[in-house]
Amino acid sequence: MVKAAQTPTQQALRRFLRSSSGRAGLVIVGLFVLLALLAPLLAPYNPAKDRDLRARLKPPTVEHPMGTDELGRDILIRVWHGARISLRVGVVAVSLALAAGTLLGLVAGFFGGWVDTLISWLIDIMLAFPSILLAIAIVAVIGPGIGNAMLAVGAVQVPVFARLARSMVLSLKEQEFVAAARALGASNPRILLRHVLPNGLSPLIVQATLSIATAILDAAGLGFLGLGAQPPAPEWGVMIARGFQYFSTAPWISLFPGLAIMLAVLGFNLLGDGLRDALDPRAARS
Amino acid sequence: MAAYAIRRFLGLIPVLFGVSLLVFTFVHLIPGDPARVMLGQRATPEALKRLREELNLDKPLFLNLAAYRQTGDPTKLFDSQYPAYLGRILRGDLGRSIFSKVSIAEELRARFPATFELTVGAMIVALLVGIPAGILAAIRKNSLFDLLVMTGALVGVSMPIFWLGLLLIYIFAVNLHWLPPSGRLGVGVSFHPITGLVVLDSLLERRFDVLADALRHLVLPSLALGSIPAAVIARMMRSAMLEVLSQDYVRTARAKGLPERVVIWKHALKNAMLPVITIVGLWFGTLLTGAILTETIFNWPGIGKWLYEAIQSRDYPIVQGGTLFIAGIYVVVNALVDLSYGLLDPRIQYR
Repeated sequence: MVKAAQTPTQQALRRFLRSSSGRAGLVIVGLFVLLALLAPLLAPYNPAKDRDLRARLKPPTVEHPMGTDELGRDILIRVWHGARISLRVGVVAVSLALAAGTLLGLVAGFFGGWVDTLISWLIDIMLAFPSILLAIAIVAVIGPGIGNAMLAVGAVQVPVFARLARSMVLSLKEQEFVAAARALGASNPRILLRHVLPNGLSPLIVQATLSIATAILDAAGLGFLGLGAQPPAPEWGVMIARGFQYFSTAPWISLFPGLAIMLAVLGFNLLGDGLRDALDPRAARS
Repeated sequence: MAAYAIRRFLGLIPVLFGVSLLVFTFVHLIPGDPARVMLGQRATPEALKRLREELNLDKPLFLNLAAYRQTGDPTKLFDSQYPAYLGRILRGDLGRSIFSKVSIAEELRARFPATFELTVGAMIVALLVGIPAGILAAIRKNSLFDLLVMTGALVGVSMPIFWLGLLLIYIFAVNLHWLPPSGRLGVGVSFHPITGLVVLDSLLERRFDVLADALRHLVLPSLALGSIPAAVIARMMRSAMLEVLSQDYVRTARAKGLPERVVIWKHALKNAMLPVITIVGLWFGTLLTGAILTETIFNWPGIGKWLYEAIQSRDYPIVQGGTLFIAGIYVVVNALVDLSYGLLDPRIQYR
């Protein structure tokens, strides 16, 4: 009996499920997404109205498993709803960066010449700034707030994707299938989007997953500095900053949001490692 | 090599030019009159007028086409704001703070040693933890120790650095009272530094009480700042070591009967260190320029904390000058790291 040959997708899926970091990442990220989606259904929450001054600064108990903060708010429900904010920031920021960076990189690598020189120059300029400083400077110009923080955190990731997409085009554009498409009369945008991009998608997907982790960390840093989400929003960085003032007497206020950031970031990092094992089997196998 | 070095540094010019353009444009992107943005809402009309003249704000931003048309003199084309700004920064004049009026270039010079000292401290932590952990994990691949190191490294890169800093302060300063929670020297320590590097100066002046105090203050922020590079170096060291250990010359060394200790620490380590040294160099640049969060939490009087405070108080000349300085350092350090490959690895030929 002949076993049916596996399609490349099935092979990749098998490699992904064999990778222990991939499995662990999938479980953490899946749980994180599920909790974020279910939060408003299972535990509706209005951060503006939530305060109970009789229950201020209570350590973790059965009633408040993560304790309460300086306004008597339950940390658990705030951490839970904070997952929604962080997930949204990570996904939106990285989607923007992925779209903008990939487009820039595709155009630079495909057309070459002065277009490539100009775009590469812009990429080099952006990479000359440490990313957190660039994000802080962008927010300093466009103003603090969760939406602007998303933009800033996304903007600093643009050069990462642009470089990746550019080198991907450079290695693919001389291949025969591109020449074949051109001989059949395909236009440049069609060649780029239908022929080149799908063949070079794997490293971009891996990078996007790892970038979500970075974006969540950066956005929390901005929130911590008061430049991202604003109180009373239950954003994890903001919660850590508020807890900072009480943390010699009530460390749980800062402890749990930090653990949540760590777990979420760890999840996306593991998932990215697993995807690399699955999609790019030649790279980094040790 | 020399030709490559010259080309590499000439290649920095367009990047630094672009950086200066971006940093210059940045203040003009903030809505409103730049003079008012810089001086604040309560500025007097005279002060506003003086600043406008000082910064040529009445002139066009980049090219003065009107003056060129009037006079026909092409040099008048550059009688505008950006060329004047570029001229000032090339002379080393980064402007003055709005509030304290201090010279930004002087303040950067005064604060740089603190940032440098913290960076060195963090790098020492990263090397002391990352390199042995990576080597031992590679030697005992798939052991429990390997698993622990790799898990620890993943957790290390996933931890928000400001949160780790708070935990360290809580455990070692607030609860155990082993180490001071913040600052660079204890209150009441009188000391007049020479270079600004307190650890070095206290050694030069044989003030061992000051040295001990400075080192105690350095421990926690270095641990926090060094955590991520330690994790990255451990992973890098492990994979580089594993690759080298599978090579033929290592098998030869083992086959001719060298003890395992010599094979690993003398033969394998030398080659495995190369990629690690690259990472160390790049991280040095990153830490030197990216310690904003750590310096803020530990109240460390370096450039990062100063920049953060300037952003909070909207002291835009400081933000402008500080950002330019940091980007400049970052670019130069990265170029130096690039060049060091050739010195360390004779197999690399630059053309």
